[in-house]
Amino acid sequence: MVLTSLEILAFSFIAGFFGALLGLGGGIIVIPALTLLLGVDIKYAIGASIVSVIATSSGAAVAYVRDKITNLRIGMFLEIATTTGAITGAYIAGLISPKYLYIIFGIVLLYSAFAMLRKGHEELPQNVVSHPLAKKLKLEGSYFDKVLNKEVKYKVAGVYSGFGTMYVAGVLSGLLGIGSGIFKVMAMDLFMKLPMKVSTATSNFMIGVTAAASAGVYLMRGYIDPKIAGPVALGVLLGAMLGTKVMEKLKNTTIRKIFIPVLAYISIQMLIKGLGV
Amino acid sequence: MEKENNKDLMLKKENKENEKIISMELIISKALNIGVTTSAIIILIGLLMLIITGKSGYPTGYYPTSPGEILKGFFSLKSYAIIFTGLLLLILTPVFRVAVSIITFLYEKDYLYAGISTLVFIILIISFILGKVE
Repeated sequence: MVLTSLEILAFSFIAGFFGALLGLGGGIIVIPALTLLLGVDIKYAIGASIVSVIATSSGAAVAYVRDKITNLRIGMFLEIATTTGAITGAYIAGLISPKYLYIIFGIVLLYSAFAMLRKGHEELPQNVVSHPLAKKLKLEGSYFDKVLNKEVKYKVAGVYSGFGTMYVAGVLSGLLGIGSGIFKVMAMDLFMKLPMKVSTATSNFMIGVTAAASAGVYLMRGYIDPKIAGPVALGVLLGAMLGTKVMEKLKNTTIRKIFIPVLAYISIQMLIKGLGV
Repeated sequence: MEKENNKDLMLKKENKENEKIISMELIISKALNIGVTTSAIIILIGLLMLIITGKSGYPTGYYPTSPGEILKGFFSLKSYAIIFTGLLLLILTPVFRVAVSIITFLYEKDYLYAGISTLVFIILIISFILGKVE
């Protein structure tokens, strides 16, 4: 019992650390670790991973919101799309075969991994022209970059494509229970052209809000097992808090370099699932 | 001279606006910190109780699933219910975060974003209710 709790605590710590660093929920670490290493039923593993998403989000938000890396306006505005998307996803779940979705989104993600690779050397987005709607919605912002040691002002492009992708991200997480963070970071980086740190921090802020609604439902259905979800929450919280400290001291290009392989890994995993290999 | 004064005035105004935004971010961050720390402490206490006593407080394989049952168990110091109370608090932090944003945007007189945050809050509640019915 003690040993299992410590094991869960250890890998949850890692999940929280990378989750905070990359704007992801940590499900890609928590679910396989629980099911493959500890033989936990997938039902409870998913329940624990939802808790992990919220713990990463809230644990990271303490520092990112305080240090103004999170763009609250962008987060809140895009959250409209994600939450409605999640509801849509839950409703059309029976209508579409997940198989095709895995293939389509696997390809989309793999393509975006290459697109992100191409701009890998860019520390800050260059020559971005703000979308007119971005000005109207006051989405532009600034944050203090601890590595560059200066205030970075940034513009916001692709408001429509960003909003649209967020809707799709919401549908996906409602439908397949995955892609909560990865799609958000990708959309903010590629379409809206935000600095990488702002993308991951804002994604971190958003995933918790989206997950909170499903977490309540999971709890009432009995999918959240306290002896598993408890240590997951503690480990992830601690990991996320350390992750925020490290993230602020990393270069944007470094964060992107860590993000791209994770993105490629997830897309290949989706393709494998879809093709049923 | 007058121009200079104007510039000064504008700078002051800008600083004031920045201060307002900073304080809003500080409020949200502090509120979050309190929520997260409290929930972590409660979860830790429950977990330690479970490990030390070896008792969940419920029949094997059963655990409380409604907020009322959880609270009842919490007050009778059942370890599972204590962990759940902490988890419930943690799950509520993002909802709480949206609620605090509504208030702070209102305070900033940013009605557009107060509206957007309220919309998100309503959608959250709708999705919660829909999930419950399903």
